[in-house]
Amino acid sequence: MSGFTLEQLSSRLGSHIESSSEFRGENTYFVAPEKISEVLTVLKEEFNFDYLVDLTAVDYLGIKSPRFEMVYYLHRFGEQYDENIRVRIKCSISEDKPAIDSVTSLWAGADWLEREVYDMFGIVFNGHPDLRRILMPEDYDEYPLRKDFDVRNREPSKRSFKKALSEGNF
Amino acid sequence: MERVEFIEEKSSDSNLRKESMILNMGPQHPSTHGVLRVVLYLDGEVVQEAVPYVGYLHRGIEKLCEDITYQQCLPYTDRMDYIASICNNIGFILSVEKLLGIEDEIPERAKVTEVILSELGRIESHLVGIGTNAMDLGAMSAFLFCFKERERVYDILEIVCGARLTTSYPRVGGLPAELPDNFEEAIRNFLKIFPKTLNEVDKLLTRNKIFIERTRGVATISAEEAINFGLTGPSLRGSGVPFDLRKSNPYLDYDQYDFEVPVATDGDAYSRFLCRFEEMRQSLKIIEQAIDRLPDGPFIADLPDIVLPEKQKVYTQMESLIRHFVIVYNGFNTPPGEIYHGVENPKGELGYYIVSDGTGKPYRIHVRGPSFVNMQALPLMAKGRLVADVIAAIGSIDIVLGEIDR
Repeated sequence: MSGFTLEQLSSRLGSHIESSSEFRGENTYFVAPEKISEVLTVLKEEFNFDYLVDLTAVDYLGIKSPRFEMVYYLHRFGEQYDENIRVRIKCSISEDKPAIDSVTSLWAGADWLEREVYDMFGIVFNGHPDLRRILMPEDYDEYPLRKDFDVRNREPSKRSFKKALSEGNF
Repeated sequence: MERVEFIEEKSSDSNLRKESMILNMGPQHPSTHGVLRVVLYLDGEVVQEAVPYVGYLHRGIEKLCEDITYQQCLPYTDRMDYIASICNNIGFILSVEKLLGIEDEIPERAKVTEVILSELGRIESHLVGIGTNAMDLGAMSAFLFCFKERERVYDILEIVCGARLTTSYPRVGGLPAELPDNFEEAIRNFLKIFPKTLNEVDKLLTRNKIFIERTRGVATISAEEAINFGLTGPSLRGSGVPFDLRKSNPYLDYDQYDFEVPVATDGDAYSRFLCRFEEMRQSLKIIEQAIDRLPDGPFIADLPDIVLPEKQKVYTQMESLIRHFVIVYNGFNTPPGEIYHGVENPKGELGYYIVSDGTGKPYRIHVRGPSFVNMQALPLMAKGRLVADVIAAIGSIDIVLGEIDR
């Protein structure tokens, strides 16, 4: 499909888009969290957004409600791999049970990026094949990139060290 | 670990028991290029499954950046891909400039210098990538040739910014100081010497029977799989996808330079090596064009709210002193919003996703590291191959753990 325009995209997705914005030439579309896999599937299958550039989350504690926002950034290669069409899809996730559908079935590259979000924010990805912590230790019990994480509080690491000592497992 | 599964198969001889062997490669293994641990599940010498474990070098750069001004974030970016720290610096500075919306105000001299330095960074990184890949496969002399030449790149970086490894060089708005007088001479000297070494490494590796045997057909990944995994850089172009951000999204006026994007089609370790090798030649071509057009003029934009005043004025004028104090302590305020800016780093697309809340400190920074994403392809590349091929695969993806772990 050549001659792709953002109007085609917004008319196809239509009611799924809650709001959209543009800043510094980047287009952001807000969708409902339960619609996220449907929207991303349409983008991948029908609009050839083959390359998942980035996947991350942001914690807006005390600024927005619901608290978390997932951010997907997609790229469309085009016929000659010379297009630079990129869109950002966002959806919000509530605090009490942060979970969302995994997109690893659409892009295999989402695997580690989702694990990183799980590791740093505690957002659970339903359907992820191997959801484990990736950068922090396996027995770590906090989520460092949440805004209420106390940077100066070193207690959790002490706790896990003591725990390891008491179990003789180190 | 719960993933351990033993295969118990009753063979005809009941005394024989078959089971898969677990081999822990790393985190201190020299060929893992840092502190990477790969757990290999082996059937004899054939890899059934390779599971990479990362995070040994995690420093929480993204969290640290939330508490400091944009300019203070710059030294942290050095420590991600420390093989080509200048490229990370330039990527970060370009992202902040995009957030501020001041791309058009950056003087030409600063832009051209940044192009020269990022291409030097690319050469530096590819020299390490090729050299260590060859050394892992037993070719010691190619490694020494590469590292000898990398020192010359470091020498140039040293005369430009004083540091060799952790450069922290450009500033938001341009360059921190006028370029040294011998900069142009140093670059021209490098352009004269470097092709000779490149030809020597070419002779040592490109048609080297042993090197070809160890890399051709090894760690193969098809174009569809590479795109699906989100691979970028030479790892993607080695599979035949001519995607390069310098062409598709020409930042720093890359569209005004004449260069090719090298592509190889086999998708194996040898193809990725060929891509890297040719990219160094193309980088030389870009540097040559850039040094010819390096214009005179201001080296930093005239933006009093963002750029620090001249040191001389800070000592002599009250207003400049106040400005200096405010910018150092509070940083410069950025408009609220969010941007993503990707640059073509030697290893692939490095992107910074910055969320600003309107203050002088970033609300959230996410780094999309090329090594982090490219590394995911390792289990696929290693599956069904020999242990020795895993070494070739890791070297051919060209990872750096400082960036994976951040």
